[in-house]
Amino acid sequence: MRDAIVAAFAIAGKDLRAELRSRTALVSALVFAALILVVFSFSRDPARLAPADLAPSALWITFAFAAMTALNRAFSVEREHAALDALLLAPIPRESIYLGKLLGNLAFVFAIEAVTLPLFAVFFNARIGASLGGLALTSVLATTGFVAVGTVFSAMTVRTRFAELMLPVLLLPFMIPPLIGAVQVTVRLFADRPLSEVVGWLRLLAVYDVVFVTLSLVVFPSVVDE
Amino acid sequence: MTSPGHPLEPGSRLTRVGMRIALVALVALAAIYYFAIWRTPTEASQGFAQKIFYLHVPAAWNALLVFSVVGIVSALYLWLKDARLDHFAAAAAEVGVVFSAVMLTTGPLWGKPVWGAWWQWDARLTLTLFLFFLYVGYLSLRSALHDPAERARFSAVVAILGLVLVPFVHLSVYLFRTIHPLPVVLKPSAPSLPGSMLEVLLFSLAVHTLLALGFIIARYGLLRTEAARIGERNG
Amino acid sequence: MRPSEGPLLVAAGLSRSFGPLQALRGVDLSLAEGETLVVYGPNGAGKSTLLRLLAGIMRPTAGEIRVGGRLVRPGDPASRRGIGLVSHHSFLYDDLSLLDNLLFAARLYGVRDAASVASRALEEAGLGARVHESPRSLSRGLQQRVSIARALLHDPLLLLLDEPFTGLDGASAGRLRASLARRAGEGRAAVLVTHQLAEAWELATRVAVLSAGRWVLEEPRAGAYAAFAARAEALLHA
Repeated sequence: MRDAIVAAFAIAGKDLRAELRSRTALVSALVFAALILVVFSFSRDPARLAPADLAPSALWITFAFAAMTALNRAFSVEREHAALDALLLAPIPRESIYLGKLLGNLAFVFAIEAVTLPLFAVFFNARIGASLGGLALTSVLATTGFVAVGTVFSAMTVRTRFAELMLPVLLLPFMIPPLIGAVQVTVRLFADRPLSEVVGWLRLLAVYDVVFVTLSLVVFPSVVDE
Repeated sequence: MTSPGHPLEPGSRLTRVGMRIALVALVALAAIYYFAIWRTPTEASQGFAQKIFYLHVPAAWNALLVFSVVGIVSALYLWLKDARLDHFAAAAAEVGVVFSAVMLTTGPLWGKPVWGAWWQWDARLTLTLFLFFLYVGYLSLRSALHDPAERARFSAVVAILGLVLVPFVHLSVYLFRTIHPLPVVLKPSAPSLPGSMLEVLLFSLAVHTLLALGFIIARYGLLRTEAARIGERNG
Repeated sequence: MRPSEGPLLVAAGLSRSFGPLQALRGVDLSLAEGETLVVYGPNGAGKSTLLRLLAGIMRPTAGEIRVGGRLVRPGDPASRRGIGLVSHHSFLYDDLSLLDNLLFAARLYGVRDAASVASRALEEAGLGARVHESPRSLSRGLQQRVSIARALLHDPLLLLLDEPFTGLDGASAGRLRASLARRAGEGRAAVLVTHQLAEAWELATRVAVLSAGRWVLEEPRAGAYAAFAARAEALLHA
């Protein structure tokens, strides 16, 4: 058990180190996220819709698409020189490979979210200071759910042509429950509603995470075992 | 025609059986249309549009049933690794997509006169919409993979995750908003539907389920034949 | 490490099919400590599939593999500990330095003192001055050297090699042969797959010819290379 966790962290650490060394993916994902925010700011009638009304959905659609860019390349780096074979050959459980890739993807997406959030506050004139804790919790809960499923799917779609198209087609339905929950919570946080009003949604997000991380751990070996 | 004992025989026999079942169901379906249009009372508030519900409800029911079967059969596939289970799942998924498409087109036809809008983000309509998208994705993933074993494993994983997704989508959309007529059919005390309406609806449910079964068996037979043919070609 | 005496590697009735395609049809082999099996076969004979099965990357459709008496299966990570693989892919990440690539591999195998083992391995591969470069900047031959160093980090009991001489210059090929001979002397076993039998002939204790997923022959190496090559070609085209 301990070895399995150590191996998972080694894989996540390897991904982060590679990310920091090249930086291209991280920087382009950030620019991409910023551009979505800008597009959102202009895709409204300024006379009738205040930026604040659009803010929660803009935030979450930006996060969702930024996550998609991270997931799209998660397993393409493992495929490049058949590095995935080396992971399968190593004396580590298949579950460690999944967990490692999940942790690496989450770190990548959280980093993008952390940088995008202040930018969002500026563009949408949102007061995030008071609700920062709640926003962080919501981001962690919602992101974990769809990145968990996305990590499994990205291991599959990398084997197809048009992987960049196949992944969103498969993953978007799985993003619906986390996104609905996250937007509902964010709306209430921005309206300074008490936390008790969103506990139900947060619980739903947490259950989603537990269910899909567990299920992904169970099915992942079937994806990589030929 | 193939001779008995030939490797292509089981598949083509299943296809014939499936086609026959579907044919019987189609004849019965014509009877349902007759009863629905001329032999049931016209509902007071919804008017003639209500008649579509003899088609809409069974299609919705079958889509959900068939997709659940795909999920369960897929889980069995990952356990037993029997290619027949994969073929069955694929056949059922195609039929489920067709039934959910029927549900999604009849819903707005009813919604326009009754709700006053083609589309409402009602919980059950939305759930079916996502299932439709999910299984269109499932089928496109299948068509994008060429190794049969890999295709079977990957699509089984999607179907299993999809099965578990259903309650989450349903719950979150429900909490988001719902305006669908609440279940009024099978309240144990007193059904609030007039007798003839209920009878036709239940008959229609049975006939649609038979139709789905016929289609699945026929499609499964074709997939088996196809696999046997490829096997024969490769010796 | 070795729970039982007896052969280090035993494979019995190995078969593998891809859908309707049968890549391997019932292959048996047995290697004792210090033995090297050289497998020769034309393209598409099933050589790479054989190595992937022996490495535990891929599951056989039928048959089983034991390394050091332990059944190799995907669900038992420890059963792969004694196996190393040099594939025709480098297994290297372009976005990691050579040193980080080897460090990562060493960590996966739980190698003690990973940092010094990794840098010593690069030193021995003649890349001591380039440890911080990306594999991208290396020629095919140099990448192959790193890839070999990677496979040997955990000193595997059984080394599997897929066309290891591809891209290596004369000196590097000589060095690889010397290293394999030294390992054999230490009781390590190897399975080497090639379609250029001449390069590996001297290393072999056993030789095998694979065609259409079956052994055409599998026997101890004896006699001169030329005689064997002529016999193998005759059998393949029979």
